[in-house]
Amino acid sequence: MRFDSLIDSVGRTPLVGLPRLSPSGDVRIWAKLEDRNPTGSIKDRPALWMIEQAEKDGLLTPGCTILEPTSGNTGISLAMSARLKGYKLICVMPENTSEERRQLLRMWGAEIISSPAAGGSNEAVRVAKELSAEHPDWVMLYQYGNPANWRSHYESTGPEILEDLPSVTHFVAGLGTTGTLMGVGRFLRERVPGVQIVAAEPRYGELVYGLRNVDEGFVPELYDPDVLTTRFSVGSADALRRTRELLATEGIFAGISTGCALHAALGVAAKAVKAGTRADIVFVVADGGWKYLSTGAYEGTLDEAEDRLEGQLWA
Amino acid sequence: MAIEVRIPTILRTYTDGAKAVEGKGGTLEELIGDLEARHPGIKDRLVDGAGLRRFVNVYLNDEDVRFLGGLETPVADGDTVTVLPAVAGG
Repeated sequence: MRFDSLIDSVGRTPLVGLPRLSPSGDVRIWAKLEDRNPTGSIKDRPALWMIEQAEKDGLLTPGCTILEPTSGNTGISLAMSARLKGYKLICVMPENTSEERRQLLRMWGAEIISSPAAGGSNEAVRVAKELSAEHPDWVMLYQYGNPANWRSHYESTGPEILEDLPSVTHFVAGLGTTGTLMGVGRFLRERVPGVQIVAAEPRYGELVYGLRNVDEGFVPELYDPDVLTTRFSVGSADALRRTRELLATEGIFAGISTGCALHAALGVAAKAVKAGTRADIVFVVADGGWKYLSTGAYEGTLDEAEDRLEGQLWA
Repeated sequence: MAIEVRIPTILRTYTDGAKAVEGKGGTLEELIGDLEARHPGIKDRLVDGAGLRRFVNVYLNDEDVRFLGGLETPVADGDTVTVLPAVAGG
């Protein structure tokens, strides 16, 4: 495959079968390897779409400063595109995210403003909104509410899956901004009767939920529950266990949020086996494991790894 | 046997600091009513006139009850109900 530039190579990622983790020939699980994008995560798609939409709308012109609340991957994707396109990038990131993410962001030239660990990405969103109000000349792309986020998946991820696997029956992905699930979900629902769209939501340690009260919660503006069939909450112990299982049985070295999605995918598969129905379940490998090595997720016992992850934003 | 209800940090003022409490009922609504009887004030933090509060997520055995039947979702002894505030990802 040949491309004019790195940015042009975003997407068209492999869909690989998991012959060992699939329960049977009738109930198969497939991994969409989004770590094969230029900066190593699925976020290259929404980042590129959001930037190009802002350029079309005349919001972004060369030399502009982009501001974005991000727990990491979106920031890294934006940093790469911003560098190539001549924008400055400021990321607001919770302080409880991995060191690798910070190094990667700095490497591509982004500036990082830390938000408090307690409250997780909610706090990053709040701080970014304040900064945006103070600096009207900065362009906040705002992945949680920018339709170009879900459109990137409607126009690229979804069509790729359907082309590679017309018999798809289930799509499972992690729930963060909700962009992946909204975009792929809408695309598949329009074309595959009865397709099930399943969200796997990371359940973190208690620190992350340390809000002052329940009225300070956050639901991304992009979220439309009607697109989903159901939504599972997956704790860090299950996410870690599945991340290691994927590595041990199928050789795929993925980040921890992938374990979260795989856990839900295996649950869906078990249900299909029990019901005696055919299933082709696609789940998203959102990124590789490289950025999480320092968290100790892949070493020692599961209990030790879970303890080390306590209070970390791992998705 | 009863239903185990996991309480998030911000609502533990109603449960004397307990991370998990037990309750009973045939539906989520009955379960919340049962909790209210022993932990007065908690119901108002979970539901309003329209059902579950916007920023409150409730999971029955890890599945979001909004996709199961909302407050009418059947619950039974041995189930685990987890309450969490909605937070951002990404």
